[in-house]
Amino acid sequence: MKEYPVLGTKDTRSGFGDGLAELGRTNKNVVALCADLIGSLKMNQFKDENPERFFQIGIAEANMMCIAAGMTIGGKIPFTGTFANFSTSRVYDQIRQSIAYSDKNVKICASHAGLTLGEDGATHQVLEDIGMMKMLPGMTVINPCDYNQTKAATLAIADFEGPVYLRFGRPKVPIFIPENQPFIIGEALHLTEGTDVSVFATGHLVWKALEAAKELEKEGISVEVINIHTIKPLDVKSILESVQKTGAVVSAEEHQIAGGLGESIAQVLATNLPTPMEFVAVNDSFGESATPDELMAKYGLETVNIIEAVKKVVARK
Amino acid sequence: MHQIEEINKKCTQTRRDIVRMVHKVQSGHPGGSLGCVEFLTVLYNHTMKYNAKDFKMDGIGEDLFFLSNGHISPVFYSVLARVGYFPVKELNTFRILNTRLQGHPTTHEGLPGVRIASGSLGQGLSVAIGAAQTKKLNNDSSLIYTLHGDGELQEGQIWEAMMYAAGKNVDNLIATVDYNHKQIDGDIDDVMPLGDLEGKWKAFGWLVLTMNGNNVAEVIETLDKAKSMTGKGKPVVIIMKTEMGNGVDFMMGTHKWHGSPPNDEQLASALAQNEETLGDY
Repeated sequence: MKEYPVLGTKDTRSGFGDGLAELGRTNKNVVALCADLIGSLKMNQFKDENPERFFQIGIAEANMMCIAAGMTIGGKIPFTGTFANFSTSRVYDQIRQSIAYSDKNVKICASHAGLTLGEDGATHQVLEDIGMMKMLPGMTVINPCDYNQTKAATLAIADFEGPVYLRFGRPKVPIFIPENQPFIIGEALHLTEGTDVSVFATGHLVWKALEAAKELEKEGISVEVINIHTIKPLDVKSILESVQKTGAVVSAEEHQIAGGLGESIAQVLATNLPTPMEFVAVNDSFGESATPDELMAKYGLETVNIIEAVKKVVARK
Repeated sequence: MHQIEEINKKCTQTRRDIVRMVHKVQSGHPGGSLGCVEFLTVLYNHTMKYNAKDFKMDGIGEDLFFLSNGHISPVFYSVLARVGYFPVKELNTFRILNTRLQGHPTTHEGLPGVRIASGSLGQGLSVAIGAAQTKKLNNDSSLIYTLHGDGELQEGQIWEAMMYAAGKNVDNLIATVDYNHKQIDGDIDDVMPLGDLEGKWKAFGWLVLTMNGNNVAEVIETLDKAKSMTGKGKPVVIIMKTEMGNGVDFMMGTHKWHGSPPNDEQLASALAQNEETLGDY
């Protein structure tokens, strides 16, 4: 099995911040908006280097989304920054009408997604955002897995015409995607070759899927780990090719089962290739206050949960 | 005087367009549309500079208008068509299957002249602010105009946008409020009073003008004055007193024509009160 050495440890939001800073230097049409969370979103460098292209909106996310929509008229490429909860559920109608339905080239950049936001608790731990965003016609939904991939995704979406939801997180996590790995929107990234089961993972669960694959290999189960960083549009071809080979599927994500990546994959399989499938995701529950690690364990999003799900689905073949 | 006569003729024709559009499909919003005929006709025939024949979403070097209360689409569509954004005969497709003239305006079907979808209320002022700030980044001295319903001001996002525009010196923006005092459920004072509306805008840091929005000469003069007040560090708002249903006697003085179409007999009466001036579509 292909090995992925840990290249370091960093938060994915820093990948966003560094990517945005680079865009500030390379793409003069990029503008950035923030709703009173500059430090949390790592937008300081862009702000310091491009004060005229940085817009502090204050605690008014609805206003921010629609200002961003308006800024596209005249050729700017707005990147909005706030927590994932305030980037989606708080402003769903603004995104739906003024961005998605109006075909505006806004990049909605959302940090602190999921349980790993930690101690602030369920009010801030959005676990429904992928579902809300993927339901909007024309919206591209991306959930990168480490610092390098988040930085690459941030650069890629600036060159992509159309509304994008870019989801990333708060905690420091292993960096394992090579710095020079191209980020291609809508194209799944094959991390390991396997024959017994396909594990489709997104965001923070990708590293855990690789850890699970390593453990399972010792027990003689060959796992194909595929990183689905773009949840919409989904790389249907890669998914079907892998599942045709393995005949068993596990999805893994820091999100509700309802509306998540697994649900999108299940739809593809139900219509094209019915296959036993297990879901590693939050099951119809809000989060709570605790450390990220405690929460990931309590809500069943750990390496051990992927291992269990793989064994269960392989037994169902 | 000649200019006022010409604009009045256009207004009369647009009133005909509005009632015919909503009558045909037996749906739509004639009341608020009729109240804003003079404002939009002056805006597009006197105040703004734009290129209707070659519509470009980015509108570089053009004044831009955003309709925030999208339900008054009939008046918007009539004015856009009559100034040349799209064929006047297309007004005949209002609200029918596969039309570009959706019930509420949208960019999604590619209708020239529309730069944002509106319908869900309270979003247009923020959108306009964004467009105004892009104008500044582009060193484009053109202006941004908006129209809002008075009932729409009950949406909280409007007040976020008001605070922002003044706080960030968005002074290339002229907002207008259609203060007809009526909304779907009745008089605005019964549903949710706006209180001292002028005082509230002033307190938020805006330059405030008022006008009778159904008097063409006054609309021309006030819009000219509003333009002269831009570029001085503050956004400008015009509180425009109007009569819902203006120009059709049985639609005036009541909120019940907010979203109700006329029947055949009522259409005939409305058209008799507004004789054809520029040719029906």
